[in-house]
Amino acid sequence: MNDKIYKVILFIAALIMPIVCGGVVYALVTDAYEAFEYFGFFNFLTSSEWNYTEGAEQYGALPFITGTLMTTLLALIFCIPFSLPVALFVGEYFKGTRVAAVLSTITDLLAGIPSIIYGLWGFYTLRPLIMALNISAQGSGILTASLVLAIMIIPYAASLSAEFIKMVPNDLKEGAYSLGATRAEVIRKVVFPVAGSGIFSSYILAIGRALGETMTVTMLIGNTNNIPDSITSTGNSMASIIANQFGEADGLRLSSLIAIGLILFLITALINMIGKIMIKRARIV
Amino acid sequence: MESVTPILEFKKTCVSYTKQTMAVKYVSAAIERNTITAIMGPSGCGKSTLLRAVNLMHDLYPNIRVGGEILLNNENILSMEPIDVRRRVGMVFQRPTPFPTMSIYDNVLSGFALNGIKLSKAEKDSTVEHCLRSVALWEEVKDVLNKKGTFLSGGQQQRLCIARALAMKPDVLLMDEPTSALDPIATKHIEELLLELQKEVTILIVTHNMGQAKRISSKSMFMYLGELVEYGDTETMFSKPSDERTKAYLTGKMG
Amino acid sequence: MNSLRLKNRLVKDRLMLWGVCLFAALTAVPLLAILGEVLLRGYDQLSWSFFTEPTPTAYKAMKAIEAGEPIPGGIANGIVGTLIMLGMAVVVAVPLGILCGAYLAENSKSRFAQVVSYLTDLLQGTPSVIIGIITYIWVVVPMKGYSAIAGSVALCIMMLPLIIRSTEETLKILPASLKEAGLALGGNKARVMMKVQLPAAFGGIFTGILLAISRVIGETAPLMFTALGCSLIRFSIDKPISAVPLLIWEFFNDPNLQELIWGASLFLLLFVLTLNLTAKYLAKKWNQ
Repeated sequence: MNDKIYKVILFIAALIMPIVCGGVVYALVTDAYEAFEYFGFFNFLTSSEWNYTEGAEQYGALPFITGTLMTTLLALIFCIPFSLPVALFVGEYFKGTRVAAVLSTITDLLAGIPSIIYGLWGFYTLRPLIMALNISAQGSGILTASLVLAIMIIPYAASLSAEFIKMVPNDLKEGAYSLGATRAEVIRKVVFPVAGSGIFSSYILAIGRALGETMTVTMLIGNTNNIPDSITSTGNSMASIIANQFGEADGLRLSSLIAIGLILFLITALINMIGKIMIKRARIV
Repeated sequence: MESVTPILEFKKTCVSYTKQTMAVKYVSAAIERNTITAIMGPSGCGKSTLLRAVNLMHDLYPNIRVGGEILLNNENILSMEPIDVRRRVGMVFQRPTPFPTMSIYDNVLSGFALNGIKLSKAEKDSTVEHCLRSVALWEEVKDVLNKKGTFLSGGQQQRLCIARALAMKPDVLLMDEPTSALDPIATKHIEELLLELQKEVTILIVTHNMGQAKRISSKSMFMYLGELVEYGDTETMFSKPSDERTKAYLTGKMG
Repeated sequence: MNSLRLKNRLVKDRLMLWGVCLFAALTAVPLLAILGEVLLRGYDQLSWSFFTEPTPTAYKAMKAIEAGEPIPGGIANGIVGTLIMLGMAVVVAVPLGILCGAYLAENSKSRFAQVVSYLTDLLQGTPSVIIGIITYIWVVVPMKGYSAIAGSVALCIMMLPLIIRSTEETLKILPASLKEAGLALGGNKARVMMKVQLPAAFGGIFTGILLAISRVIGETAPLMFTALGCSLIRFSIDKPISAVPLLIWEFFNDPNLQELIWGASLFLLLFVLTLNLTAKYLAKKWNQ
């Protein structure tokens, strides 16, 4: 095999990516077109009606966009108090020690648990707990889904933040210690500012994970199609409405679900792109 | 000879990284106030290790043990609170380490910020100006005080780090090969600066540059394999070293 | 006054340390809770027949419950389905992913490679439910039916970016001298890649493949719209087929079959975590 054929083969293999991604966008856009054409793109985004009674069909994405944003945001808030300490534990306080390796393995394993099992655990353990604590009557809802989602994104946020915390030059930390700072002060005034943009970008990528998480949310969010009015009420996220209704849908409803899929795809692509660009910048500094 | 209480005194100071080997072995020496003392020796002789013991830098690494005593104004620093000691003993490192997220102005004041000390605006301004003047950086940076410290040249950065250490008004200033990452002109500036500064502060400087030791220090230590081989007036050491090993090092036969 | 301030700062320093330790340790709680729950509730469901028999119909299960007997049957249909779809996905995704990764490693500066690299990130970040929709449009609609092929296409698309990345990264950290030495001996690029670079990178690539498998084996959403599920043990690839995560989803939704949830989950969880730990262990071993 000469070099030319070899190069061509590699090139053809690499073509798979543009083909697949192009195909994804093309398929989503063509199949979502019917819904956008029928309701109007803007109207589809802002309508909160989801009615599949024949003859009175009316679909809008707003309840699910709201549901997705609420679960993601809450998950982020719940995740920070745990992921940040894990990152500091692994990347600063116990950097390179065996305990840090153990904690890393634990978070890696958390990342490995299939989302359907998180969903089961949330449904059979967390949901009764929420009901027992009288937080909400039915137990399912935005809050329950967000709590489990938070656990699921801890590993992503923590391992990447730890990487950036580890990269803070030792010179710099010693410089701060030599001026009489305590470790807590060095972390607050030197480590966080220097690793800040990297830590921030790792949370952006964690958001990207949470946005599209499907099974856990489907099993815990309560599966109702109106805009959630509080964090304890039930709802649906973009991913969970698709999981719940795709199998039984056809025609306009199917197209509307695909349109929601397209919106979800674009949002996650945007968030992930921002995260990746920020990470590249943070690595250079 | 009048007898002055030394500002800093090593008494059988030892440092070990592992249980078996000692990096610094039973060093005893007294450092006089307002002098520049150079610590020389081939690489791996323990000179930086000895220096870092003085502001308890070894406390940051749990497996390093420091033994013996180190007296600062007759107090054993090994039994003191590290953050307290470090405020009284400043340190300048081999490579300039201005904090990249802080402006030049904030870098000078970083010691206060790190220690949680609040200063008034007027106090801040005068401290910044005074410290930058004493490292001869004021004229160069007075118009760009809000720029990041990392925009400065290497020599300017190192002077900024000296200013940062001086702002805490330390009794002793430790310098770990402060010019080894700088060009000759920047090195000359720093050396002139140190000769000025010894009026205010006692300086202990590790250097592998014999010329530098000769130019700026009044006392010199020569260390070899963790031991303090010779300690005395710089001039005497360079003209009539009393130990064979010192002689070999100074004449370039060891290195 | 001064010493009071000092004490204050030291207390804060201590508090921060303990706070970090406490909250970091708390992240182990969900892992232990999930493992514990699945183990305790699934342990006594595991038996030989659980792995060799297909899922019972809801009617049979209902009869058994009424009679106070344990539900008959198991998850053999799911295990077979998972293996078939995974096998087909691996056969396509591994060679394709390695070649594409090799392209990225060899041409890292070219414009096209940067685009491919970006698209790989894009695909890796795409929610799995969307991969499900896509495969439905691409495969299920033209084939006029759910099938094992469709399921394996979905798994394959999800594995590709992971294999591409691990190949690219492993090849990039190989010392350049390795490749140069091979070329200097007169080998052409293809042969150097096949005989020198890929074998040297084998550890990293293999770890990447294991991680990719452990990643997709628990995926449920994309299989719901592609493989659909089936209560028979089936070996044909153009018909609907089951998978272990699909079965868990079925059991979750069917009150008669809920007893089977935990056995199936325990099996899936142990399988995934073992793969995961093996991959990490091998990665560590090969790095030394």
